Order: sequence, then structure tokens, then C-alpha cells
Amino acid sequence: MEKFDVIIVGGGPAGLSAAISAARAGMKTVVIERGDFPGTKNVMGGVLYTKATEEIVPEFWKEAPLERPVIEQRYGILSGDELVSATYRDPAWAEPPYNAHTVLRVKFDRWLAEQAVKEGVMIIPETVVEDLLYHNDKVVGVRTGRPEGDLGAEVVILAEGANNFIAQKAGLAPKLTPDRVAVAVKEIIALPQEKIEDRFCLEPGQGATIELFGDSTAGMLGTAFVYTNKDSLSLGLGVMLSQLTASKLTPNDLLERLKAHPYIKRLIQGGETKEYLAHLLPEGGYKAIPKLYRQGVMVVGDTAMFVNGLHREGSNLAMISGKIAGEVAAQAIKSGDTSEQAMSVYATRVSDTFVVQDLYNYRNINGFFENNPHFLKVYPEIVADSMRMFFTADGVPKRERLKQIMNNAFAKRSKGSILKDLFGAWRALK
Amino acid sequence: MKILTDTEKLALDKYEVNEGQPHILINQELCQACSTKNCLFACPASLYSEQDGEIIVEWAGCLECGTCLAVCSNNALTWQYPEGGFGIIYRYG
Repeated sequence: MEKFDVIIVGGGPAGLSAAISAARAGMKTVVIERGDFPGTKNVMGGVLYTKATEEIVPEFWKEAPLERPVIEQRYGILSGDELVSATYRDPAWAEPPYNAHTVLRVKFDRWLAEQAVKEGVMIIPETVVEDLLYHNDKVVGVRTGRPEGDLGAEVVILAEGANNFIAQKAGLAPKLTPDRVAVAVKEIIALPQEKIEDRFCLEPGQGATIELFGDSTAGMLGTAFVYTNKDSLSLGLGVMLSQLTASKLTPNDLLERLKAHPYIKRLIQGGETKEYLAHLLPEGGYKAIPKLYRQGVMVVGDTAMFVNGLHREGSNLAMISGKIAGEVAAQAIKSGDTSEQAMSVYATRVSDTFVVQDLYNYRNINGFFENNPHFLKVYPEIVADSMRMFFTADGVPKRERLKQIMNNAFAKRSKGSILKDLFGAWRALK
Repeated sequence: MKILTDTEKLALDKYEVNEGQPHILINQELCQACSTKNCLFACPASLYSEQDGEIIVEWAGCLECGTCLAVCSNNALTWQYPEGGFGIIYRYG
């Protein structure tokens, strides 16, 4: 049986970051990937954050296949045909040190894997890991789907993505349940560069993102998004499975409904769909973080539930958790101690970063929205009504109009309930 | 843009189908006892259907997201990733 220092299951941002940091520390490292090459099975909305990526590959923007630097972020609420939104735009984000770029994962992950190879990492593609190998209680390698496909390792890092099959088998994570995962669907819609730049008010090469709540997901807990790529748009939405199954709508129904919305329709007009994608998003938050380690193994990225849905952050949490796990693995191997206690250093270190701290901060958010399903149904309507009334010039004196706005809101949701909702939301966020 | 059905969308995607090697197996007895049949709606590729009282999955079009497995309330699915190199091959991601 061939032996490595570190085996990483899965070639996404978490796994490749772990591989790069382990290899840099001198470890004989291998990444096992089930796709043709890292990237072909990988999906995300498409926003890659600069700070975390730079921790893995300094000045990556000079070489990495990025789509557009994001200079504008819009958050909006859809209510019927109406849109209420807030936008932040800063052209400075088009220059280093940037904040984020849009990416297409097939290209980006492949490039990141090439960087790993440069650091001495070996990539084994087209190979499915079926289980871990144990000696007594210690993980000592992996069993792959290939004939004579057992590989030995001092430490295994699980970066298998949202579908946490191996982590489940290792007794680290429970089966995924519909209240802990969202399904995301996405289309890549080709559109000429100039059209994208005109429609989104961008200078050549600049990018924008839009996130939409409310009717964009039929009032279910979720978000729709539009991201600008070089010559395409990434249009998609994610919705909690517990709410989707109750609705009896299909993900594609929701997506087509979104595409037909008057606001979205104009953005994508004349575009041509090139690809249709689907993926699970681990949205269980802090309370659903699995056990992050046991003797000889650590769990990173999506498999560890490291996704901050509210801020649409995930790849950055993946990369930072991967980097730390790679370093901890190297340290443990060098000191000849891969015990459970040695692996626990990973949990401690990752808990000291924004990765776990942000999830802890938002630990009550999902429960709050699950228990208050009216939130994304009633409030989009109240907000849109209020804005419409506010902007309508029809001779009604403004003092009277303000009264009307308040009365309309209280008719849709009583004063007491609104106070309760605000208090609940504040408590869930604080 | 014109409305696209699931089938039209899947036709845009690239697959390497492992002929005769379904990666999703269904325990029909458990499905008979299922009152929700979430798979019929939740699958992003709408691959599940009910024919003559049996649940059928057109696994060759699978996007490998795992939604069906997460929503299956009776644990009726045996779901594995397709063999290495087979299945969906995204070109954009």
C-alpha cells in the first residue's frame, strides 16, 4: 500500500488549500478527486473573496482565471413585480487589494490545483474515496474505488463537500437533514461583455453582484442571485430543503419564475443558457458543525458546515479552515503525534478565526427564520408598499401619507407583532 | 429568454454516463409506505417520477447534488457517487 503523509479527500477550495499548506510544510501530500480534474464537479454562486484566497496564493489575481472584480453589491427584496434595494458601489474595489471577484469554479479550481502541484502536491483524479482505513481507533488511510486502491496516510483531511458521506461513516457528522441544507440551482447565461457592462453600469472588466430576498424564492428561506462574469451571468437561487419540500415547487420552477420577473428579465434578455447546475449548501450553521476531528483525521470546508449564508460566504471559510488543517497535520506529523488531542489543535485554531466566530454569532438565525416563516413573506410586501406610498406624488400631504404608511403596515402585521419580530430578529443577530 | 424545461436544460450539460451502472438504487417497498414523496419535486433535474406505483429515477441525468438523499423521508435510496470520471462534467461551474 502506497503511503503518504497527508491524504485529502476532495479537490475544492478547502481541500486544495489544505494540500498547499501541508505541502509547503514539507509533507508528502495527495488530493483524491472524483472528477476528471479538480473543478468539474464543483459549483458555487461565484464570489471568491480576496483576503482568504491571498492567504493561500499571494497575489493570485495576477494569474488566476478570475471573471470580474466586484465593485458593486446590491441587496434587494422582491414583492410581486416590485423591487426595493440597497446598493453599495466603490470603484476602488476594481483595484488591488480588491474585496472579491466573481469566478467560474471549473476554471478556478483547476488553476488552484495547478498551484498545489507546483508546491509538490500529487492529484489523483477520477477516483472516489469510499471509506477510511483504521488501525484500532486511528485513521490510517483511505479506501478508493480503484482496484487495489488503498492508500495509507498519517493524517486524512476530509474536504468532500456538502455531501459528507465519509464524515458520516467516520461517526463525525450526522446524515444531512432538510432543515440543515439548502439546494442551489444556477444557470450560466452567455451575454456579450458590452451588454453586461451597460446593463450593470460597469466600466470594462468591472463586476457587480445582486442578492434578492422575498418573492425571489417565493417567500421561502433562501436567496436568489445574479453575478456578472466576463461574458456570462451566473443566475441562480438557493432555498432551504425543508421549505422547498413543503411548497411542492421544483427548483427549476423557482428559477424560471425568477427569470420571468420584470427586473431579472431585462438583465438576462438575449442571453443564452450554457449550463444548468445544482449543488447543496450546508446551511445548518454553528449548531450543525460536526465533530471536527478524531485520531488521524480532520474535517474542513462545506463538510464542516462552514458556510455563512447571510453573507454568502463559503469559499473563504473553506480555504481558511483547509489551510489551518494542513498546518496542523504537518505539525502533528513532524512531532510524531497524530492523536485525537493533536488533531484538536485544529478545532481550537479554527474557532479562533472568523470562520467559527461568525457562525457562532449567527447561531440563532436559521432557527429564527424557520420559526417565523412570515418574515420573508409579509415584510417584503410591507417594505414595498411603504416605499411605493412614500414615492407616490398624488397630492396627499406628507404627514397624512406617513400615517397611511404606518396604518398599512399595522394592518398587515399588528404593532405588537412587529415589535416582537424586531426584538426576535435583533436577538437572533446580536 | 424563453422558458426552459428541466429536460432542455440537462441537454446543455455534459455527462460521461456509466452505462448499466446506476449510482442510485431505490427500495420500492419503502417508497410504497412514503407519504411525502419529496423526491418527485425536490430533485433539481426532475429525474424522479412515479410510474405504475413505482418510483423511477433517470439517474443518467443526475447532477450529483444529493438533494434526493437529503429529502427522502424513508431512507429508501442507496446513493453513491458515480465511479471516478463518470457522471456530470461541468464546463463552467
